[in-house]
Amino acid sequence: MEDSKKIEEFEAKIAAGQKIEPKDWMPEAYRKQLIRMMSQHAHSEIVGMLPEGNWITRAPSLRRKAILLAKVQDEAGHGLYLYSATETLGIDRTELLSQLHTGKAKYSSIFNYPTLTWADIGAIGWLVDGAAIMNQTALARGSYGPYSRAMVRICKEESFHNRQGYEIMMHLAQGTPEQKEMAQDALNRWWWPAIMMLGPSDDQSPNSEQLMRWKVKMESNDAIRQRFIDRTVPQAEFIGLTIPDKDLKFDAATGHYTHGPINWEEFFEVIKGNGPCNAKRLKARTDADKKGRWVREAAVAYAAKREKEKLIA
Amino acid sequence: MTLEQAKFEYLLRLGDSSLIIGHRLSEWCGHGPILEEDIALINIALDFVGNATSLLTYAAQVEGKGRTEDDLAYLRNERDYRNLLLTEQPNGDYAMTIARQFLYDVYTYFLYEELKNSKDETIAAIAVKSHKEITYHLRHTTEWMYRLGDGTEESHQRLQNGLNELWMFTSDLFDMDEVDAILIKAGIAPDLNKIKEAWEKRVKEVVAEATLQLPTSIAKQKGSREGKHTEHLGYLLAEMQYLPRTYPTAKW
Repeated sequence: MEDSKKIEEFEAKIAAGQKIEPKDWMPEAYRKQLIRMMSQHAHSEIVGMLPEGNWITRAPSLRRKAILLAKVQDEAGHGLYLYSATETLGIDRTELLSQLHTGKAKYSSIFNYPTLTWADIGAIGWLVDGAAIMNQTALARGSYGPYSRAMVRICKEESFHNRQGYEIMMHLAQGTPEQKEMAQDALNRWWWPAIMMLGPSDDQSPNSEQLMRWKVKMESNDAIRQRFIDRTVPQAEFIGLTIPDKDLKFDAATGHYTHGPINWEEFFEVIKGNGPCNAKRLKARTDADKKGRWVREAAVAYAAKREKEKLIA
Repeated sequence: MTLEQAKFEYLLRLGDSSLIIGHRLSEWCGHGPILEEDIALINIALDFVGNATSLLTYAAQVEGKGRTEDDLAYLRNERDYRNLLLTEQPNGDYAMTIARQFLYDVYTYFLYEELKNSKDETIAAIAVKSHKEITYHLRHTTEWMYRLGDGTEESHQRLQNGLNELWMFTSDLFDMDEVDAILIKAGIAPDLNKIKEAWEKRVKEVVAEATLQLPTSIAKQKGSREGKHTEHLGYLLAEMQYLPRTYPTAKW
């Protein structure tokens, strides 16, 4: 009975638009769901550094190199920020990372695709960060204080990433025929994965009414996907690129675009671990962890020695 | 050699070193030993790319042949590159990277401190901005020298190996030629003998505090002033320059 009263208070708070803070009482299901979502988000930032990091040493100008470095640094920063925010729910970063390394925790399916040409860096900023912003601006209105505040800050940086990606694509689309081809090819390869990264369609993803009521999830996957498509299609047209969907149509009656069928089989295969880069990405992370172990041990040993000296002195 | 020619050459030496060591650090991106270090290394790499951009932009201007900073970075060959041999050495393990960065940071710390007083206003202005960044870089690498040197037996050994292996490239840092002579006379660049004294003193202090041994091998390798590099630079440039070279008419 005690619990049902607590739940009532908890839900009333959320209904009134108040945030839940780390020391507030919360249902176990709420805590678990948030740990799952937030750590998945943190892991996505960290794994997401890899496909883009792949092009830092080959960026075609000093300006592009600096922008890409700054962007990837932002992502590492988001990762750190999100791990810290997740720790407020009573789990530590080492445990979260071990969940990533053992495959227990997931990260965004999109980062299991390879960055094959420079145009992919444009496509990621434009499409992947563009889709992520749609999701994250919604999450910024979520009920858990540390996560919603993290989203506000992260969205600001993501919109810069989104613009720089679109700017890369614009330059390529207006460049030499080879550059234009490179841009179109990147759009062809990244469009559907970007559409899919927003999650299964609503009929396959029984969004519990509870998560919506608790403001853990703010909008359905399909609603976010629609907003992303409506925003992105005119941007592609503006720079003269073609969205690789022959069924794509603007419906004047609803004011929305309708799209062709999504290959969910591919999506679920990637989620299961059978995407082109799943093994490579995970190995990069576990290798970094293994190779870094002696460094972390040294830092701990050094700190312990200094601590001991302090005690003696 | 005219003063302008000497200045151009000198700017390439500074700018190329920043660009190449920044490139090496950026190779760590996503693979660092801990997330905080990933962030630090990317940040430092970004400082170097920014510094290289300023220096190469000014170099192109001094040269006056209509080249841009990107032309200088992306369209020069191995033998035209003037970066220090130390900066192009591969990352190795984290200890090797820290040893390389420490030896270089101490060098730039004292060098840029002098360059702040350069009679060339642009160089002085770049040095003022960079020296603030370098102060952070040096603090970061010095702390890691202590942690790894006086951490565990394994980290100590790894760092000692790193120092020993890189030591041979340290004489290249202080090699002087006609370019230096002209610029010292004009009050534009400092005498590297003076930098060397300060460098040796600081390196010795930190190495001792980190419970390491100063390498006893003789540092003899030189060549960066004439673009005589180690075999590593060619691969680095092939990777860095491939897009502009593959698509010569493209703009990015």
